[in-house]
Amino acid sequence: MAEPLHLRGTPSRSDQAFRGLAIGAAAVVLLVLALIAIEMSGRMGPVLDRMGFDYFTSRRWSPGERLFGALPFLWGTLYTAIIALVLAVPVSLLVALFVTQLASPAVRKPIVYVLDLLAVVPSVVYGLWGVLVLAQPLQKVFLAIHNAVDGIPGLQSIFGASPQGRSFMTAGIILAIMITPIITSLAREVIETTPQNEKEAAYALGATRWEMIRASVLPHAKGGLVGAVMLGLGRAMGETIAAALVIGSSIGQITINAFAPGNSMPAVIANEWGEADQLHKSAMIALALLLFAITVIVNLVSSAIVQRSLRRSRGTA
Amino acid sequence: MRHPGDPILAISLEPKLSWRTIKSFVMSGLMIAAFVAITIPLVLIIYSLVARGAPVALKAFPDFFTAAIPIVSRRSGPGMGPAIVGTLLCTGGATLIAVPLGILGAVYLHEYGKMSAFARLVRFMAMVMTGVPSIVMGLFVYVLWTMRFGYSAFGGALALACLMLPIVIGATEQMLRLVPDHMREAAYALGATKSRVILTVVLPAALPGILSGCLLAVARAAGETAPLLFTIGAATAYNPHLFENANTALSVQIFGNATSSFAAAQERAWGAALTLVVLTFLLTLVARIVAARFAAKR
Amino acid sequence: MLQTALTEPTRPSQPGYRDSASDIPMAAATEAHALFVLDKLEVFYGSFRAVRDVTLQIHANEITAFIGPSGCGKTTVLRCLNRMNDLIPGARVGGTIAYHGIDLYGDEVSATEVRRRIGMVFQKPNPFPKSIYENIAYGPRINGVRDRGKLDQIVEKSLRAAALWDEVKDRLHGSALAMSGGQQQRLCIARTIAVEPEVVLMDEPCSALDPIATARIEELMRELKRTYTIVIVTHNMQQAARVSDRTAFFTAELDPKAERRTGVLVEYDTTSRIFSNPRDERTENYITGRFG
Repeated sequence: MAEPLHLRGTPSRSDQAFRGLAIGAAAVVLLVLALIAIEMSGRMGPVLDRMGFDYFTSRRWSPGERLFGALPFLWGTLYTAIIALVLAVPVSLLVALFVTQLASPAVRKPIVYVLDLLAVVPSVVYGLWGVLVLAQPLQKVFLAIHNAVDGIPGLQSIFGASPQGRSFMTAGIILAIMITPIITSLAREVIETTPQNEKEAAYALGATRWEMIRASVLPHAKGGLVGAVMLGLGRAMGETIAAALVIGSSIGQITINAFAPGNSMPAVIANEWGEADQLHKSAMIALALLLFAITVIVNLVSSAIVQRSLRRSRGTA
Repeated sequence: MRHPGDPILAISLEPKLSWRTIKSFVMSGLMIAAFVAITIPLVLIIYSLVARGAPVALKAFPDFFTAAIPIVSRRSGPGMGPAIVGTLLCTGGATLIAVPLGILGAVYLHEYGKMSAFARLVRFMAMVMTGVPSIVMGLFVYVLWTMRFGYSAFGGALALACLMLPIVIGATEQMLRLVPDHMREAAYALGATKSRVILTVVLPAALPGILSGCLLAVARAAGETAPLLFTIGAATAYNPHLFENANTALSVQIFGNATSSFAAAQERAWGAALTLVVLTFLLTLVARIVAARFAAKR
Repeated sequence: MLQTALTEPTRPSQPGYRDSASDIPMAAATEAHALFVLDKLEVFYGSFRAVRDVTLQIHANEITAFIGPSGCGKTTVLRCLNRMNDLIPGARVGGTIAYHGIDLYGDEVSATEVRRRIGMVFQKPNPFPKSIYENIAYGPRINGVRDRGKLDQIVEKSLRAAALWDEVKDRLHGSALAMSGGQQQRLCIARTIAVEPEVVLMDEPCSALDPIATARIEELMRELKRTYTIVIVTHNMQQAARVSDRTAFFTAELDPKAERRTGVLVEYDTTSRIFSNPRDERTENYITGRFG
């Protein structure tokens, strides 16, 4: 290169421009979240003006009478999520243990495929299947269960009277199927950080497989598993469409009867939006923000727990 | 203590049937049962999709995919043409918005910001964003855009983009982390500027992994309903325009028809569901293949 | 120090040329034909001083070797010569490095420009995951060469100079990663000289290679020094003795203030003197293998 020797130079214009673009793109994330908070809380105004703090404690949701209370939907969201967890967590943990401890590599592959496929099915398809295929047969099953536990005090109220195909329980079942892949995948990750030599130590003492799991794997994975469960909880609470189709869309019922039709925050928004007026919409936006706040908190707590557990296990591995 | 001359006692090493072994056996059995339990719904769903959806979708092929949606939903027969167009518009638009932004954002996080306060904040917020329920994104775009500009496919695209963005950022940053530093050093040592290094060495090296992550995000977006419900309206007519007028999509149609009392509408819902599932499965499959190639090459 | 009797270079492309019209501040130069003049160079990573008191000159068209035990700062000093330490957050430089009389760390000096003139070959071969052709063409391309014909010429010339042409001429568009370690390193050398730098820095270029590949690269170095100036860091004393004209011996001292070791230049002289008659006892101990 036959140029006079010069080493001068400032960062080129295009280099700076690229950096600016990258920073801008990163800032979009902050922008979106800020806008969500600002714009939507702005729209909450009308309903809060009308209902005040009662919005969060009232049980009455009656758009016709201009009365809005969020409590039934909070209950519905919570109850269906609990049902979903009760069903999904044991299954997920067992599958995770199965995949990591029991299954041979050949069997592992198809299991992972099944989990992947379950995760990919869109939630609206789950809802469709739930309402058109599952609801009817389930109603009969529910009736049978109700009759079977008739007379047993606690169970009788949970598996209560006049079971419906579209109910808390059905929604819980569908949600359970949907969150199983997530919990399983995270549980697998956490379980796999168990140090090999601790497992061997248990075996060397003559432990059976299950005893080894209890002694070595579970203590290590405990924190992470809690986090995984919470992540599933967050997902179950936020799931809209599948729940909307099978939950029964009843109004205002706060009941422990799992077989009764119910409602949840996302479901009522999805179902009632089409014909809502301004005030009604404002009430639903408030519900959405409430849901947003709750799921974000649950997700953050669960992430923190999982990260801490992974970091701790990897440190000793 | 054994003394010489003592008789040698017979030792049995055969497995003993005891409570412990039974318990372990039972637990193993439960694990297998759990696996079967999760396979059953998948099989049932696929069966329903094929059994109920295939007849509608494949009758007089390709009518289902091109014909208009019957306005009178009682009427039986295809199709879902407008819905497919709508899904493509919304998902395509969302991809065009979210992928460049997401990749650039991840480039900032890994190549420029690294551990700075701003970068950590953005990373944290991106994680928060992955947990936002899709219905919230839909309502957000409703408030931000649809209330001002009316229903359109673009609103749907915006909402889906909000959903895709954190996924793309997360996947891309992960892939950038896998590009070894010595590759960057080689480029710097030849006198390349930072942007050049990123554009000509780092991104090309990470490309297959990034592509795979984006495909998964697209598959997720294609299947979403809630973000679209509030932003694209409820059209039944064929509308290929991104910015004008209400539109429809496969997921929205399925949602609407699922609660219909007309068998014909329900049939179409199954057909649409089959189409949507095939689409998302294909995207996911391609994503996995690309990812496997990428892992093998490294 | 030895005086090298070279004719005064008159053309910019000849090593040692100084542009008298340059108005960039000049650091004090002590040797007429010294390409690099290092004066009390020290390098900090954060508050930790990794190397101190490095004063030496590097002469054009010679091979200068930095030797010494691990952790004595040889690579750190080498990376200062082409501002690669800039990439490490918290890295700071004290003292001066003058290149053609210009302070390398001066305010107006661009690191990118520096690296176009001073190239580097790394310890582990690091070809890009592109074709052989694209690897070599990368440097010229970013310097603005677009013409395909010109690029073809440069690629062939560089590969020949790196003694790799005959082996790869029929598969220029094959992947660079599909070559042996020794070939990859020669590719990296070809890639570095494709931009026609003045100096080639080499950071333990043979440590990841087998003895035969090493011998080929040493042979290559002797060829290359006719056109380029080479500075090489090596763990292998015998290698330094074989190929270099001058050798600098570094060692690590336990810094009384910190608990870490700071590198320091012990002795710098012609290779023959260092290896036959070192002045410092530490040099002698290292060379005779009493430590290191």
